[in-house]
Amino acid sequence: MSVLDSKIPDGPISQKWTQYKADAKLVNPSNKRKLDVIIIGTGLAGASAAASLGELGYNVKVFCYQDSPRRAHSIAAQGGINAAKNYQNDGDSVYRLFYDTVKGGDYRAREGNVYRLAEVSNNIIDQCVAQGVPFAREYGGLLDNRSFGGAQVSRTFYAKGQTGQQLLLGAYSALNRQIAKGTVTVYSRRNLLDIVTIDGKARGVIIRNLVTGEIERYFGHAVVIASGGYGNVFYLSTYAMGANASPAWIAHKRGAYFGNPCYVQIHPTCMPVHGEYQSKLTLMSESLRNDGRIWVPKNKKDVERIRRKELSPNDIKEEDRDYYLERRYPAFGNLVPRDVASRAAKERTDAGYGVNDTGLAVYLDFKDVIARIGKEAVAAKYGNLFQMYEKINDENPYETPMMIYPATHYAMGGLWVDYELMTTIPGLFAAGEANFSDHGANRLGASALMQGLADGYFVLPYTLSNYLADEIRTPRMSTDLEEFVKTEQEVKDRVEKFTAIKGTESVDSFHKRLGKIMWDYCGMGRNAEGLKKALALIPELRKEFWKNVRVPGGNDYYNPEIEKAGYVADFLELGELIVRDALHREESCGGHFREEYQTEEGEALRNDNDFAYVAAWEYKGENSIPELHKETLKFEAIELKQRNYK
Amino acid sequence: MNLTLKIWRQKNAKTKGKFESFKLNDISPEASFLEMLDILNQQLIDEGKEPVAFDHDCREGICGTCGLYINGRPHGPERGVTTCQLHMRKFKDGDTIVIEPWRAKAFPIVRDLVVDRSAFDLIMQAGGFVSVNTGNAPDANSSPIPKLDADRAFEAAACIGCGACVAACKNASAMLYVSAKVSHLALLPQGKVEAAERVQKMVAKMDELGFGNCTNTYACEFECPKNISVSNIARMNREFLSAKLFAEKPSPIDMGD
Amino acid sequence: MSLAGLFLITFLLVHLGLNLTLLFDKSREVFNLAAHFMATNPLIKVFEVILFGGILIHIFWGITLFFQNRAARPQQYYVSNNSQQSVFSKYMIHTGVIILAFLVLHLMDFWFKAKFIGGMPEVSIDGKTYEDMGLLVVEKFKSPIFSAIYVGFLLLLGFHLDHAFQSALQSVGLNHSKYTPFFKAFSRILAIVITVGFIAIPVVVYFTFPS
Repeated sequence: MSVLDSKIPDGPISQKWTQYKADAKLVNPSNKRKLDVIIIGTGLAGASAAASLGELGYNVKVFCYQDSPRRAHSIAAQGGINAAKNYQNDGDSVYRLFYDTVKGGDYRAREGNVYRLAEVSNNIIDQCVAQGVPFAREYGGLLDNRSFGGAQVSRTFYAKGQTGQQLLLGAYSALNRQIAKGTVTVYSRRNLLDIVTIDGKARGVIIRNLVTGEIERYFGHAVVIASGGYGNVFYLSTYAMGANASPAWIAHKRGAYFGNPCYVQIHPTCMPVHGEYQSKLTLMSESLRNDGRIWVPKNKKDVERIRRKELSPNDIKEEDRDYYLERRYPAFGNLVPRDVASRAAKERTDAGYGVNDTGLAVYLDFKDVIARIGKEAVAAKYGNLFQMYEKINDENPYETPMMIYPATHYAMGGLWVDYELMTTIPGLFAAGEANFSDHGANRLGASALMQGLADGYFVLPYTLSNYLADEIRTPRMSTDLEEFVKTEQEVKDRVEKFTAIKGTESVDSFHKRLGKIMWDYCGMGRNAEGLKKALALIPELRKEFWKNVRVPGGNDYYNPEIEKAGYVADFLELGELIVRDALHREESCGGHFREEYQTEEGEALRNDNDFAYVAAWEYKGENSIPELHKETLKFEAIELKQRNYK
Repeated sequence: MNLTLKIWRQKNAKTKGKFESFKLNDISPEASFLEMLDILNQQLIDEGKEPVAFDHDCREGICGTCGLYINGRPHGPERGVTTCQLHMRKFKDGDTIVIEPWRAKAFPIVRDLVVDRSAFDLIMQAGGFVSVNTGNAPDANSSPIPKLDADRAFEAAACIGCGACVAACKNASAMLYVSAKVSHLALLPQGKVEAAERVQKMVAKMDELGFGNCTNTYACEFECPKNISVSNIARMNREFLSAKLFAEKPSPIDMGD
Repeated sequence: MSLAGLFLITFLLVHLGLNLTLLFDKSREVFNLAAHFMATNPLIKVFEVILFGGILIHIFWGITLFFQNRAARPQQYYVSNNSQQSVFSKYMIHTGVIILAFLVLHLMDFWFKAKFIGGMPEVSIDGKTYEDMGLLVVEKFKSPIFSAIYVGFLLLLGFHLDHAFQSALQSVGLNHSKYTPFFKAFSRILAIVITVGFIAIPVVVYFTFPS
């Protein structure tokens, strides 16, 4: 018997959420005022949760490391947000969105959560429009949709290539309204350093003010982690520079289990790496695969001439091009899910067909769509993305095909949560990318925005109330309690340790070295030998970090090196857990591709008999091996099948 | 390429700052401007000095965190980009680059090139929203919106809140920023309901925070990385005048909040 | 600010219209009659007060804005490039202050002299005696230094006006994708017409009128 209880309500899949809401306990308005909720992060999940809980009347304190809640990295999501509105009359339904998401996740997601997500997807669109989110419209004044990978219907709502921005600004505006009303207080340029537990329940946080370096204590009847994913463990990624795993990792070290850490999404369409000094990889929206065609030359001879710049891609004749996604997956073509598209690009470049000087790029070509609908129509759809590409690469994608390559983009894994989004620490919740729940082993495009907002607007207000209903007799606690004082001292010691080491190597340099280990041995393709090697290298690097890191300056003023040191110290621990999880999962599924487990055609080979479970890891201390707990996945509404996009 | 950097250094809002010069060699023209600063900081750390603090986050031109005043222009010499999207190919070997923080009374300096733009958040809190609670929304397609209106609302809503408009304006005015939000919501039926109240509250807050006035030099539009148009400022002026002239006083027995 | 400015532009147009009669009517009869009308008509007297009010409001706001705007940026940039599209817009306070100085000089020369100092030349039209304001103008402009100063000031007025009209429209909220380009062009044309018109008077007087 597992210690994990997912608390999925009984009953048929379509009735679970309805039943839950009917049974959930409520808190009366005068009691809500007496209850404090702490939220870490102001992305889609954090901001929408803070706003909604504020509207209900709870006392909300929300923290972000950015200078304004509006800058959380949800803002960079480009393509769109899915919903089962079926406005296109193309056969969409809640069930189909649910089915596509479970299938896209390679049957490693929890059915109950995913169905709920599909169910509330429609409410999200309604809510956002009511807030004034300017989604794209057709001439008749009604909402427009586009297609995304892994689906055969058009269900993605979008605002040019800036959907995440518009949705986040919508949530930010709802948040502002509550701030003005006094129900929500925002603390910006603040970092979470620890979570305070009292009698086993999450009761508060220790925060560092990044501007003054002061350590602050805050009490809450419940704490929500909505701090995003951990993809920056790879150093180069499409994440923001400041995106970090520390809040989730801190929660893990305080007792929250970490679910499926090896499931990391490598996005197929990003700009290729061009130099050692590179700090970040820029995503080109998946929506480009609606109309762009991905190819490499058929002949190695052409590849070499292109690399030497003797040939332009436009010189390659149609019959000499290998549109490898269309060739391998005729049914879905360029719109296969991300993991499939990324691996296919890796397969071609590994075989020596990469088209830039590093050999790590493929083409994304718009020639045909420009010929079909004209340059202007293409510009209306993707203008800002094309412009962004040109600014960065100094090449005009209307004339020459874009060069793209996969890059780390999203973490499907995260804090293990039950149906109520509560972690294994009572009173500690996790929402959005920070939890593991809805995407299984691979996330479909335009589903991250959907999940973040679903958790914040429509799930947490019910599930958190259900928890808080039992807390109405708990008065606000003093932050002078022993637990607060002790926890604060621990984090103070750690911060002071950073500046005291006075080594010779910068934080960034350690981060780059960790990233390289992760990418080389735990990236798009993984095998036991490499993973074992990484499992030896990472602890060594960690030891070196704590001996030799150089964090210049002091800790009583704005010093970004200190926060970075904290992030990297945590990545150095989390990286090891990711590798350990990847090594234990002896199958290929979604973003986790073990080279030993593939079909003859090179497709991912799942093992449903032995691995149809969520791997939830329990922290056992600094140098101890974490303990694995398994939550078996039950598939009742959907039959387990090998994915097929052919 | 080899460069000389002249960078503003300041410990915090209370101390006085000064320029410091640095030499930087072998910078690739393919590097981004912020990557060039990363290289400088790595060099400073190696020398045992404190790195230059600058604001940055997404590095893809959308979060609005970065903002440097480069050779006399916000976000540097290229139009329509943020600092993080600026690449070194826009500079020449041997150039001297002067880097300053945004300068405005409403944006006090936090450290070096980092400023505090929380004034922008305060303006939004004054009225930059539609008062709708979660779960109250009608079906998204229940009220059609003309595509042109939706598109113009989107163009205004594309503002990233970086503050380049304030930095560029000789009066340190925030009119472009505020008008972008006022316009975005005024153009949509959902925002129309509260439009008169919103514009008055946001303008009052903007004035209170110490931003300058608009004298229509249009430097803001010229320097905006997202090409937000000054027609939004005119729309805000229009909304503001008509609200001041024609909006009725609230009823004295108004029990709402 | 903008409304007062727009009002002042209409005044300038009337003023220009009257002055130009000097060039076309060498007898100065029309001009003198008009000047008399402007000086004595009770309705115009009311407008005179409004006009001075308009000027004062314009000056008051101009100076207030200047100080408020300066306070909004206590520390200036070390390097600052002209990133604005309209060059003159940056120097409205400067041109404005010089124009104010010019206005004082101008009023001393003509309006003040006629009203308070006296000693004006006289002329008889249709048997009635009028002050020969026209002669005063012609005599003044025969001085090359005086004319040059006037031309210089008027050029500054032109720069001021180049920004003025379209800016005032923007400030009262009139901006439209169809009409704004026209208004901007019109603003420049208006500035040129007013400036060239006023400059024409000293120039024509200096070069063509007999001493």
